[in-house]
Amino acid sequence: MNHIALKMLMGDKGKYLGIVMGLTFASLIMTQQPAIFVGLMARSYSFISDVGLPDIWVMDPKVQFIDDIKPMQDTELYRVRGISGVEWAMPLYKGMLKARLTDGTFQTCNVIGLDDTTLIGGPAVMLEGKLSDLRRSDGVIVDIDGAKDKLGKAAASPDGKNTPLKIGDSLELNDRRAIIVGIAKVTRTFQSQPVIYTTYSRAKAYAPRERRLLSFVVVKAKPGQNLDELTRRITATTGLAAYTQDGFKQLTYNYFLKNTGIPINFGITIALGFIVGTAIAGQTFYNFTLENLRQFGVLKAMGASNGTLLRMILLQAVLVGSIGYGMGVGIAALFGFLMRHTILAFKMPWQLLLFSGAGISLICIMAALISIMKVIRLEPAIVFKS
Amino acid sequence: MNAKPPAIRCQNLVKIYEAGGQQVTALNGVDLDIAMGELMMLVGPSGCGKTTLISIIAGILDQTSGGCELFGENLLALRNKDKLLFRAENIGFVFQAYNLLPTLNAAENVSVPLIINGVKRAEAERRAKQILDKVGLGARTKALPAELSGGQQQRVAIARALIHDPRLIVCDEPTSALDHESGQKVMDILKAVALDHQRVLVIVTHDARIFNFADRIAEMDDGHILKVVNSAAKLK
Repeated sequence: MNHIALKMLMGDKGKYLGIVMGLTFASLIMTQQPAIFVGLMARSYSFISDVGLPDIWVMDPKVQFIDDIKPMQDTELYRVRGISGVEWAMPLYKGMLKARLTDGTFQTCNVIGLDDTTLIGGPAVMLEGKLSDLRRSDGVIVDIDGAKDKLGKAAASPDGKNTPLKIGDSLELNDRRAIIVGIAKVTRTFQSQPVIYTTYSRAKAYAPRERRLLSFVVVKAKPGQNLDELTRRITATTGLAAYTQDGFKQLTYNYFLKNTGIPINFGITIALGFIVGTAIAGQTFYNFTLENLRQFGVLKAMGASNGTLLRMILLQAVLVGSIGYGMGVGIAALFGFLMRHTILAFKMPWQLLLFSGAGISLICIMAALISIMKVIRLEPAIVFKS
Repeated sequence: MNAKPPAIRCQNLVKIYEAGGQQVTALNGVDLDIAMGELMMLVGPSGCGKTTLISIIAGILDQTSGGCELFGENLLALRNKDKLLFRAENIGFVFQAYNLLPTLNAAENVSVPLIINGVKRAEAERRAKQILDKVGLGARTKALPAELSGGQQQRVAIARALIHDPRLIVCDEPTSALDHESGQKVMDILKAVALDHQRVLVIVTHDARIFNFADRIAEMDDGHILKVVNSAAKLK
């Protein structure tokens, strides 16, 4: 009977494509929009991911997320270093500073100051130059996206493209000269500002004069040290907040989740996709069953059981669901691939595929259930009605 | 009296439909015996209960009261599963509107009853081609219903009703959608291919042009059988 079910489904190409397209659209919306959402949320903690080496981040207790800088005194670094279980602790400066470009315009940049000796927290992927070049006089490393776009030299004509910054070029940070000594690849941040790496002492020189400039203390735990225990010990000893890397990501993620309209905006889009997908696919599938009700009646009269008809409808629903889901996810993945070099945030983890798969399954189950109820209640005597 | 044992025996058959809180009596005490090997026609005006009677005989509708035995089996007493099995093995259907599955070709349509009975598709389609050959459509096995004329579609429907070798074939107005020539051809085929001493044909029809194919004709009106005659000439 499977063959008959498939022929019934695919025989009318127009209706078959209508159902598949409805499910494809629903699957696309339920995959692509959450992928952008996940990508965007991942950017909120991308800096924490990029600074991969430390186990623990120590900061002012009032810090709510990675960009919420509440500077500490430099002496806090030594207090953290003195705690048992700490292998090493390094200072990290993070702040938004205005860079003056060669054409005289200003661009706000994310300036990262790394420990002068170890340069811990530097970019993992250097495209040009070396991380150690930061030790050269006035040396800074800029990220490739910033170098190409916002920090690039303005084009001669309004329609022309910016000339990317290159090693040897210079810019000004707080009236101080900064020489580009390297180009790095870093994950885009939530605000997509250019990222400039320099040494901690130079970053303090670039930053406006303040009594406190230490943004974070990044800590490596001794081998075998329980990280949760160490964070508790740091907090108890110094009164500062200490988070594991995952804990700090979660803190940042939760802040954006609770304090921005992003989740609700995307949630509405996803819900709309689900509703529209259900309406189109469910309605088309139900209509398809209704139009075939007489054929189901004929099969019933000939001795086909409700169970057999139920399996036929389920097979039809599973088939259109699988094809629609596959096409939707495929288009979403292609979209992500094509947008990989743009500013668009896009991340498609396997959990997201499960989510959209569950959504499509729900649509198909709902459509199939309504259809099945109709067929089960069907009197086979309908076949004698002309 | 007919000497053959009755293949179908209906006794004091009553069917009452509930519609919008009102009761409509479709059959009101029908008694009818049909013998094996017989071609019985049920005739009468619209709404007289012909279709209700063949629906009950074919086991796709339950009577309100009275008895109906098909080959000695009281279908009303059977469990639903057994009734389906009985229907799948013993009854073939020919409908006025053909009721072929529009997306299946002729051979696939004909093979449906065998597939319902658990025969493998390849074997079912092989046998379907053989029987299509018998009804003169051996060259059109791959044609979709929409590519066939009304007469050809009805011949496919006859092949479908016959393929699983049922003991009863019920036909609802098999010629009313056809022109005279096609109707006669369909009846010729039905009588030649379908009717033998191991099978019963019950045909509901308005079409007086085919009355002469019947062994007996039961004239119905208002839920009753008025008379059963063995010649169309005896109908008024």
